[in-house]
Amino acid sequence: MTVTPMMAKQLAQKVIRKEPIFVLDVRNHDSFSDWKIEGENVQSINIPYFDLLDGVEEVMKELPDDREIVVVCAKEGSSIMVADMLAEEGKDVFYLQGGMKAWSEHLEPVKVGDTTQGGEIYQFVRLGKGCLSYMVLSNGEASLIDATRMTDVYIEFAQSKGVKIQHVLDTHLHADHISGGRKIAQQTGASYWLPPKDAVDVPYSYEALEEGKVITVGSTTIHIQPIYSPGHTIGSTSFIVDDAYLLSGDILFIDSIGRPDLAGLAEDWVGDLRETLYSRYKNLSEELMVLPAHFMIMEELNDNGSVGKKLGHLLSENHGLNIESEEEFRQKVTGNLPPQPNAYQEIRELNLGKITKNEEEQREMEIGPNRCAIR
Amino acid sequence: MNVSKVLDAKGLACPMPIVKTKKAMADLQSGDILEIHATDKGAKSDLVAWSASGGHELVDSAEDNDVFKFWIKKA
Repeated sequence: MTVTPMMAKQLAQKVIRKEPIFVLDVRNHDSFSDWKIEGENVQSINIPYFDLLDGVEEVMKELPDDREIVVVCAKEGSSIMVADMLAEEGKDVFYLQGGMKAWSEHLEPVKVGDTTQGGEIYQFVRLGKGCLSYMVLSNGEASLIDATRMTDVYIEFAQSKGVKIQHVLDTHLHADHISGGRKIAQQTGASYWLPPKDAVDVPYSYEALEEGKVITVGSTTIHIQPIYSPGHTIGSTSFIVDDAYLLSGDILFIDSIGRPDLAGLAEDWVGDLRETLYSRYKNLSEELMVLPAHFMIMEELNDNGSVGKKLGHLLSENHGLNIESEEEFRQKVTGNLPPQPNAYQEIRELNLGKITKNEEEQREMEIGPNRCAIR
Repeated sequence: MNVSKVLDAKGLACPMPIVKTKKAMADLQSGDILEIHATDKGAKSDLVAWSASGGHELVDSAEDNDVFKFWIKKA
């Protein structure tokens, strides 16, 4: 029987379309329990490849006949070996080309809506890591928000749409993934914006992203209006795009809220987080579509694969926005913190421009889930 | 440490370091120590997990100029 490679893009689209998939993950147990391929209609089992070197007869019994089987490992070598063994036993199987490395790096562009004057807004869904970045397009120009280090994807996307990237913005100094913002700005001649309070002593030049400034995309003026919204970091800034979309960065997610501790200052910043979520956001229009910089669980995805909900919906449904007592909020947010993301301190330093790492090292630093939220 | 055999798995990508380790181990006696050199980063956690699942003891490990070294005692 046959072994067929499946690209991360194909798998991502199957996951979004909720097609039935069976994943045989042959990484070691620790890697699997830390981070795996998830989806509403994804079933998975984990049997390390090194337990299958003497034969796959035992696994054969566990493989279903009614869904596509994808063998997955860290890079792809072991999954090809196991897939070959399964094919010899008579199974048609796929293996994930490039493994979890490719899964982690794949970005799927999904249109989230139109803007008033013929523009568009796209969300780039990084399914493997839960990161979301955005491109606002209008009249031949584009602004890019919270770009990942896979810079070619955005540059090629902009080319395919015939737009020039003019502004690249980061809502805050990221600690869970490496920003591609500066690199894209250098490559395209765009300006790079960062909140100054998150950019203390950076060795590079940037535009200060502050409340009160207005960034324009295209001559038809889609305004990007920054709102100072500290809590995840001291500089965290949200944007209102075209009076319709609220890009909330790592402050507010669909089913969770931001964590205040990734720069080591949970106690200091929890008050800011409370103020942002319970005062500043509550004063905004409930009609705004909240577009966060992350998702945590697949249930947060809409049917088309995008992640976003009206602010009014989140104000009533998101648990983190409905904790009446300030004391209880403080306790929940500082006493209930999940493990920190892999290499988060180094990632911050890299994003600050204080250290440099080659591509392979950057890839290693980003292994695993993002863990930026508190549920 | 009394090393019975040295396995050079440098430059090999997953799954080969483990495949070769398993083969080399088969030729050793219980209590013998196998020294493995590998350059694949994934080999590190996989060797630890493989040793544990086979009951072997990972006696020591070191990193030297991008080469990972492991000493595994056969069960």
